[in-house]
Amino acid sequence: MKFSLSWLREHLDFTASVEDVCKRLNEIGLEVEGVDNPAQRLRGFRTAKILEATRHPDADRLQVCRVAAGEGFEEVQVVCGAPNARTGLNVIFAPPGTYVPGLDITIKKGKIRGQASGGMLCSLRELGIGEETDGIAELPETAPLGQAYAAYADLDDPVIEIAITPNRGDALGIRGIARDLAAAGLGTLRAWTVEPITASDDAPLSWKIDHAGCTQVAGRVIRGVKNGPSPEWLRKRLEAVGVKPISALVDVTNYLAYDIGRPLHVFDLAKLSGDTLSVTHAARETFTGLDDGEYVLGTEDMVIADDAGVQSLAGLIGGKASGVDENTVDVFVESALFDAVRIALTGRRLAIHTDARQRFERGVDQALVRPGLDAATNLIVQLCGGTPGAVVEAGAEPNWGREATLRFERLAALGGVEIAPDAAVQSLVGLGFEIVSRDDARVTFRVPSWRNDIAMPCENLAFRDGLDDAKKTALTESVQRIEPECDLLEEVLRLYGLDNVQPQALPQVSMVPAPAVNGLQARKALLRRVCAARGLMETVGFSFVAYDDAVLFGDAPEALRLLNPIATDLDQLRATPLINLGRALGRNVARGLAVSGDGALFELGPVFDAAGQQTVLAGIRGGLSARAPGQKAQEPSVWDVKADLVAVLAALGVPDASLSVTADAPSYYHPGRSGQVRQGPKLVLGRFGELHPAIVKALGLSGSVVAFEVLLDQIPQPKVKRKAAPVLSALQPVRRDFAFLAGPDVEAQAVLRAARNAERKLIQDVRLFDVFEGGSLPEGYRSLGVEVILQPQTESLIDTQIEAVSQSVEAAVEKATGATLRR
Amino acid sequence: MADDLETLKQDTLAALEAAQDRTAWDAVRVGTLGKSGALTGLLKQLGRLAPDERKARGQALNRLRDELGAAIEARGQALEAEALAARLASEKIDVTMPAPEEVLGGIHPISRTVEEMTAIFGAMGFTVAEGPDVESQWHNFSALNTPDHHPARTEHDTFYLPAEDGAEEPRVLRTQTSGVQIRTMLGNKPPIRIIAPGRTYRADHDATHSPMFHQCEGLVVDRNITLGHLKGCLIEFLRVYFDKPNLPVRFRASYFPFTEPSMEVDIGWSKATGEIGGGSDWLEVLGAGMVHPRVLANCGLDPAEWQGFAFGMGIERLAMLKNGIPDLRSFYESDLRWLRHYGFSAFAPANLTEGV
Repeated sequence: MKFSLSWLREHLDFTASVEDVCKRLNEIGLEVEGVDNPAQRLRGFRTAKILEATRHPDADRLQVCRVAAGEGFEEVQVVCGAPNARTGLNVIFAPPGTYVPGLDITIKKGKIRGQASGGMLCSLRELGIGEETDGIAELPETAPLGQAYAAYADLDDPVIEIAITPNRGDALGIRGIARDLAAAGLGTLRAWTVEPITASDDAPLSWKIDHAGCTQVAGRVIRGVKNGPSPEWLRKRLEAVGVKPISALVDVTNYLAYDIGRPLHVFDLAKLSGDTLSVTHAARETFTGLDDGEYVLGTEDMVIADDAGVQSLAGLIGGKASGVDENTVDVFVESALFDAVRIALTGRRLAIHTDARQRFERGVDQALVRPGLDAATNLIVQLCGGTPGAVVEAGAEPNWGREATLRFERLAALGGVEIAPDAAVQSLVGLGFEIVSRDDARVTFRVPSWRNDIAMPCENLAFRDGLDDAKKTALTESVQRIEPECDLLEEVLRLYGLDNVQPQALPQVSMVPAPAVNGLQARKALLRRVCAARGLMETVGFSFVAYDDAVLFGDAPEALRLLNPIATDLDQLRATPLINLGRALGRNVARGLAVSGDGALFELGPVFDAAGQQTVLAGIRGGLSARAPGQKAQEPSVWDVKADLVAVLAALGVPDASLSVTADAPSYYHPGRSGQVRQGPKLVLGRFGELHPAIVKALGLSGSVVAFEVLLDQIPQPKVKRKAAPVLSALQPVRRDFAFLAGPDVEAQAVLRAARNAERKLIQDVRLFDVFEGGSLPEGYRSLGVEVILQPQTESLIDTQIEAVSQSVEAAVEKATGATLRR
Repeated sequence: MADDLETLKQDTLAALEAAQDRTAWDAVRVGTLGKSGALTGLLKQLGRLAPDERKARGQALNRLRDELGAAIEARGQALEAEALAARLASEKIDVTMPAPEEVLGGIHPISRTVEEMTAIFGAMGFTVAEGPDVESQWHNFSALNTPDHHPARTEHDTFYLPAEDGAEEPRVLRTQTSGVQIRTMLGNKPPIRIIAPGRTYRADHDATHSPMFHQCEGLVVDRNITLGHLKGCLIEFLRVYFDKPNLPVRFRASYFPFTEPSMEVDIGWSKATGEIGGGSDWLEVLGAGMVHPRVLANCGLDPAEWQGFAFGMGIERLAMLKNGIPDLRSFYESDLRWLRHYGFSAFAPANLTEGV
């Protein structure tokens, strides 16, 4: 919403500067989005006269002008290319140093084709305030010499643009803004009256309402008007707020929309048929608006129709067929009250953004249908002549006089501020609230007709499921009592100034607060640090990915596809962050990065499947390690990410002994080089491996790309229990090496587990220290070098004990896996 | 000294001098003081001498033994020192070569900012609440006093997902984390003091909008919470977060469907330099207000009994302001150079003891 300071003065008597007006607007909730003073943009331009214009000696299309532009520029030579530059013409002159907004240049002294030129003669388009014309602006002969052009043209009038929140339909009229400022103590609101109208009883049309979205509609005929351009004052006003003047009849409706927030429409009577205008439901039909837009209507849409059909889309836009033009003689002016929701829904569906929609959907003044019609009538008669006829009307002004009560103690109890009851009451009266009753404790007001945001009926609370009726009734009653009071408090507090409310510390719950995060949340932070410490860089990827990428990584169910994606590459909720990580790695590699071991990324975030949402930690490693003396650049290996996964599980306190690995990772992994880490037979805690070569290729990558995922929600939180004291034996551990010959299907994991479990008391740890295949071994066989560490507790081991344990290990491994000791 | 002893001394000293390595030196040592060494042999012959001769000869031999012993030892040490010096010289390396590179990981600025917010609000007694990214329209809008036709719904540019089986209404990707507030009020009896940081989604993609971004909302519900508490809490947060004890904070009346009164909160900054707290310009950083009575009632809380405040702020926005990050989109591009530049160390988690 834009308004000029001069227009504001029509409604508000004030002396404050534009800066103070803006400050106050900001405080009271009418946020200033910008201030534009044309005079500032037009600094430097001045009125001038061409004393003499002669042909440039060396250029046919240029003229050399002697220009007088007042003090300091008594006689300047200017080279000008405009065909209309001529002796005696009054012009706009830009001396050197002037910034020309329409050309985005700053004028400099110079020579044009050998002739000195000390400035520029300008068109209005070059000043950024007019349309393209052939040549320079021609000022009237009466124009003075050397005056600032902005002052001469009456452009020294700042325009303020404010944001209107959805609740403040009343501030879409300049009068509403003036009222707010006056109530906030900036100026005095001027009276607004409508001159009485002498009308004939001419009434060629009557109204009929057949749509629940219209409560009141009025209109009148004005015969014998002469439509043409509006007078300059009106055109200037509209142009200042960004409305293009069209013709006097149209400009009048736009003027009143901005002036008092009242949308109106003017039909050309000659283009209407029959004697009734109906506010009714549209058929399934197409309608051509004044903007030449073709709109496909549905039966829920509200239209104004005559015998011939739809003539206007109610509250949104008039019809092209019945619009006024320069030949219009008789007009019919419409002023109505339309339902905000209806207008919002149709307007949104048809994407119609008009000043009328903006006002109706935020709610217009409920008592302004007739005064608005009269104000329009007066203006039309004043500008276009004509004879007004009788007002015809259907429906009636709604009963808008709701009441709202404020208990004064609530100013402190909710607002946290001591405001004197008188001051609070005065603020509200300033906004147009009428006192119904008042005592020491409370005041009851009648809400003004223009405040559709206050003490609105509370009929449809959005209760949670499963609430019983008695509770619903009680809650509704509370809201009916409390909400209007909050509405009033909000008004008082915004006019009082929220900055004037004293800040207060929150009451302390305990001297040292409890942890802000629970255990599950804390471990996410821990894992981020674990990963970062392992050289992985944290990333944040979108929760949605390209459908094609989702398919590449498995499934892309329709239930998780956006109905209205913003781009085709962001339409499917992801099943794993590896999609984002793979793409991110690809982008980095494409930029020549990730060649010093830093192609290592991770993300901790949500993934989605039919069952809902889970939190997954995923990491990826690709690219190459850095070359160094004695070291070639290397691709990452599966063991790098298995180590990541093990480190993460260890940080979460998952006992290593409880885990096993199965070679059945999802299809986006290399089938022979990946695994899932399980706890027990069913629970999958994580996955790791090389990405499938087909995926690697599709990501635009090459070589070995390895990844891991941790399914955080599957990992139980370790129970907090006090640790037993450690047993720290004074005796040295004994280490024994074994080499097992393992057949093609024997897993190292099974050999190690069997060895570890061979003996419970002495075996402290079992490690794989060597794997050998080939040589003299049978095809597919491996020799597994296993170190078994025995920890004596009370006395040193003797050979026979060690031998006994060795035999148990050998036997256990052979029994479990068939692997035999190599002799 | 007898001539033979003098000869032995000179011969031995000369031999020591000539010994250039451990082996040669050892041969001299053994040849002189060893079991069959020259000096040892002379000492063995002492017993055969007449007692009067034996004394003088014995003294002379002992003196010679001490002398030669010391000389041998000294020569041995000198040779060892020479050998060590030679080894050290041979072991010289170019210590100006770079150390092996270690790859540094890092924490994303969004995670870091959430941690900082959590630390500060945690100190004021808030705990962190979470909720799902895919929400029902009731949780995201209706419960928050934003009915179907409300202009605020269109302003949000919501992403929709197909309805769940058996339901009619499409689900939404949450446009705000306020749904978490609703869940908290449904699941907990006041007093409530939570923040809800998380991912949010709006169908908007340009230089200053991302279809996914992060918000941190907060909710306080109790019997006597006032606008004064709202202001105290948020001013404290902003001043600690930006580490500017005198940061100017301004509250402007505004409108949100779920709070009343509603306000936007600005901090002082300089448009020209970007300095927070400096200059004479204002920058909007968050929205807040007293919880709307309808929102309380929708969650089953009686607005005649309970009241409080709520607020919401953009995590990226606050991260950009604090860390001087110019471009919103860069947060999600995962460019390694950007991540290295703006990432945080794993070893310095945000906490108030060390300062956020």
